Amino acid sequence: MALLEVRDLQVSFDTPDGTVRAVRGLSYDVEAGQTLAVVGESGSGKSVSTQTITGLTRGATVSGTAFFDGTDLITADQSTLRRLRGAQIGMIFQDPLSSLHPQYRIGWQIVEMIRAHDHEISKQDARKRAAELLTLVGIPRAAERIDDYPHQFSGGMRQRVMIAMAMALDPALLIADEPTTALDVTVQAQVLNVMRRLQEQFGTAIILITHDLGVVAEMADEVVVMYAGAVMERAPRRDIFYRNHHPYTQGLLASLPARSGDRLTPIPGTPPSLISLPKGCPFAARCPHVFDKCRTEAPPLIDVARDPRHQSACWLPPENSEAIAS
Amino acid sequence: MNDDVLLKVEDVRKDFPTQSKEVVQAVAGVSLEVHKGETLGLVGETGCGKSTLARCMAHLYDVTSGSVTFEGKDITKLSRKAMRPLRRDVQVIFQDPYGSLNPRRRVGSIIGDPFAIHNIATGKERKKKVQELMELVGLNPEHYNRFPAEFSGGQRQRIGVARALALRPKLVICDEPVSALDVSIQAQIINLLADLQKEFDLTYVFISHDLSVVRHVSTRIAVMYLGKIVELAPTDELFGQTRHPYTRALLSALPVADPDTADSREQIILGGDIPSATNPPEGCRFHTRCPKAKLDCAAEEPPLESVLDDSWQHRTACFYPLTVGEDLSTAVPDLKAS
Repeated sequence: MALLEVRDLQVSFDTPDGTVRAVRGLSYDVEAGQTLAVVGESGSGKSVSTQTITGLTRGATVSGTAFFDGTDLITADQSTLRRLRGAQIGMIFQDPLSSLHPQYRIGWQIVEMIRAHDHEISKQDARKRAAELLTLVGIPRAAERIDDYPHQFSGGMRQRVMIAMAMALDPALLIADEPTTALDVTVQAQVLNVMRRLQEQFGTAIILITHDLGVVAEMADEVVVMYAGAVMERAPRRDIFYRNHHPYTQGLLASLPARSGDRLTPIPGTPPSLISLPKGCPFAARCPHVFDKCRTEAPPLIDVARDPRHQSACWLPPENSEAIAS
Repeated sequence: MNDDVLLKVEDVRKDFPTQSKEVVQAVAGVSLEVHKGETLGLVGETGCGKSTLARCMAHLYDVTSGSVTFEGKDITKLSRKAMRPLRRDVQVIFQDPYGSLNPRRRVGSIIGDPFAIHNIATGKERKKKVQELMELVGLNPEHYNRFPAEFSGGQRQRIGVARALALRPKLVICDEPVSALDVSIQAQIINLLADLQKEFDLTYVFISHDLSVVRHVSTRIAVMYLGKIVELAPTDELFGQTRHPYTRALLSALPVADPDTADSREQIILGGDIPSATNPPEGCRFHTRCPKAKLDCAAEEPPLESVLDDSWQHRTACFYPLTVGEDLSTAVPDLKAS
């Protein structure tokens, strides 16, 4: 059994303009010690899905299941969720500054977090643990800097602090939502390196939410590609890059500057509104291979290769994978 | 002066005072030339001064010292009024397609502003010109009366492009024009900028923190670190014969969307953070993080010049430039006095 099993997750929000269907039938597994990358562009539902799983979406209509270590996170009550968040499921977000309280010292915040979950531990021990954690994520002179305030840390160091807090109780799962998007590339490389090292050391599973296919290529074991709230394709990392099947995956890769010649190959048009989704495949209006069936019937996510981990939601025949990719 | 030089920046410095009476040296002595018809890429990380430099080029900031010469004329001393005719020739496209458009004004009037300000066309004629521009950048001219909020991010950036091109400028400064956009949309805007450059013979200064975008669009690239240019070269040379350790580290830190490359390459992970621009390191500003730093790097500042067998087009500010194929991942700094 996988560590986290998400099945048919649906999330919608009622707004004055109509119902926004942010996530539509999302299923995936996260195996212990593995990294699952969830990629997609703005509004694809990649962040909403993990926020829902951890009970952080308010006012949403949710259905489906998300079994984590035997507990369904969707139906679990707030106190169960509160116990799991932090202790079993660590989380880091894009903006480390707004995730840290500006008026409390770094060390105090980590200690507070440890003691909220571990009622036995003494203040001294928690503080010692906090210093160890800061060293672990590569904060130089951690014993001194533990008494600094967040504003005395740079963006990259704050994100390390967030990772330290997320890892404080040795969680089985780390959810990293665009953890390096706000950072410069050299700092991003440092932070990704820390994440990789901790994963190796502690066997933590990671859900990495990102829009950056470069980060995916560096970090992922398996990849889920989302578009308009649904999974378009899922596959092990190399298959997503070299033997992809879905025209959206192909379009995303083709629009990267590094992969093009003189002229880039953008995906024409814009994503559909999540309030009035088209009938059929959500990508049909922008797809270069579209045919009649695509506009009337939404394709299910089906196997497209011998490897059962590789699935695509597209009416094109499975053997098209390589032909189109090349 | 070389005939094909459109804009020349000479030893430009730009300081910003802070509340604590310190000075942020955002641009600390930069010289470069922008040639007619080229795209000059400016790359670097947060706080390296690339956007400040670009704003000095467009005289949106007064420089602290140095000169900016556009078509042979020093524009740094010009008053707002004297600058006005030149504003037609130098236009800026900004990063944020949300913040740079007034939400209460209709798109037609936003794009028509340049015509109004410079008294070029009025009434029906202006509307016709605006609609031509909208068509040119791939917007539906019938959306003339819509508000910015009715457009997506990519479309808004097209509005920004249309406004910048209204007066047929010679130089367009693109400050992170695609950074706020999703990749599939980003490619649309990059292609649009390329088409327009060809059609109108435009010269671009293209600022981005995204090296793969800069590589794609630029003829030449200047790499900045803490207010200085550390390396300046034609694009292929910068990537093929990287000389400055910082450039190499920057290239190596860029995640590549290719698992084979990602698995096989040696990454150089720089230690520490970018030092503060209020109190930059002595000597070479990169020496505190440089894997190859030696004692003299901390004492003296290396000039930007051609090194090894490079042509004058390829300039590097480093005492110990990299040779082709040199392995930087195992280098260790040696900053001890012997």
